Amino acid sequence: MAEVKLLGKWPCPYVLRARVALQLKKVEYEYLEEELGGKSELLLKSNPVHKKIPVLIHRGRPLCESLIIVQYIDEAWLAAPSLLPASAHDRAFHRFWAAYFDDKLSPLLTRLRNGERGRANEEAAEGVKLLEEAFVRLSEGKGFFGGDEIGYLDITIGCHLGWIRVTERLMGFKLIEEAKVPGLAGWAERFCAHEAVQGIMPETEKLMEIFQLAQIHMKRSKR
Amino acid sequence: MAEAEQVKVLRFWASPWSFRVELALKLKGVPHEKVEEDLANKSPLLLASNPIHKKIPVLLHNGKAIPESLIILEYIDETWTDNPILPKAPHERGMARFWSRFIDDKCVGACWMSCWTEGETQQMFMEQARACLRILDDELGGRRFFGGESIGLVDISASFFALWLGVLQEVAGISLINGDEFPNLCRWIEGFVASDVVTECLPPRDKLLAVFQSKKQAILATKSMVY
Repeated sequence: MAEVKLLGKWPCPYVLRARVALQLKKVEYEYLEEELGGKSELLLKSNPVHKKIPVLIHRGRPLCESLIIVQYIDEAWLAAPSLLPASAHDRAFHRFWAAYFDDKLSPLLTRLRNGERGRANEEAAEGVKLLEEAFVRLSEGKGFFGGDEIGYLDITIGCHLGWIRVTERLMGFKLIEEAKVPGLAGWAERFCAHEAVQGIMPETEKLMEIFQLAQIHMKRSKR
Repeated sequence: MAEAEQVKVLRFWASPWSFRVELALKLKGVPHEKVEEDLANKSPLLLASNPIHKKIPVLLHNGKAIPESLIILEYIDETWTDNPILPKAPHERGMARFWSRFIDDKCVGACWMSCWTEGETQQMFMEQARACLRILDDELGGRRFFGGESIGLVDISASFFALWLGVLQEVAGISLINGDEFPNLCRWIEGFVASDVVTECLPPRDKLLAVFQSKKQAILATKSMVY
């Protein structure tokens, strides 16, 4: 039995966070793909409270919620790289911006994908601008929010880049545009090209297909 | 001893979120200054320290600002290492973080909305709230605290249920938390509020009751927590 298992669904950016963290730490794991639109017995047993992926199962003990999983991976496998920075203050900063992304920006991206415009566009532009400032401050001239290497905040935001690109295509509008947010634009390319990310990040075309299928399915079930 | 540390908490006396921060500092024996905020007229210091959310609590440590109560709690635990509030082992740490997030993301909101809605909407929120409380009650089981023998991260996060929920349900005229349905939680509440450190930090119940009663109409209209 594999010591480390990860329950996930390939389009899910939260699952990707856990996978990138495991790749960075060079942890061998068994990836169990859940059926889209279904929940396995193992999932329901391992995450009875939320019944959601990702779930990391290490030596039979499950853990849920992507950011909690990423922190766990950092603390359980102490080999480099450290995903969270060394200083308590910097760690607080990473956690703050990760929470900002999950609580404010990610739901906004969903609203934009579902067709909301106007004020939502402005909020998105403001949010991206704040992330640019955070990047400049935290990276200190280096390639990632985490410095020389991908860290917790890179993983939090970077794993959503596929879905950010889907949103941009649907909007006909670039959110991460080099002219406006050069730091983030460069960072996005570096993140996607990183060896821990390449090969597991789903292609934008496939995410578009999934999204469009889901939209059709939703419209049908409303009739 | 190191150069004198400056620790301030931008807080509001009635807020369960700033209570969390003050309790953690008290448990660790960290001297600190409480800076009371007028939430209707936020200070330049608060607006500068938390420009994104403009909310209390904010911890100021030697001039560095840390907002968001759960983030502050982790910062406090990492900076002052006596009397840890998070467990040592990674899986237990993950579970403590999980339950704290569960409290913040699901439980508190459902309890809050149960108080300020009516009819079918209220029934729906009350069912959600009860489901959350049941899960927490089961998780606690026969333990004295969520943290085991001593107050930990989850206990601190759950402090809303120890005082504020009782006050809110009285103001709203509903019953959510009760000894029949949630015996473990009610036992936990008794033990938690009886602890010396907690008693020193908790706001007076009668004052809390008075302020929520006076704000009842405003809260019914907006449903928003005024923190």
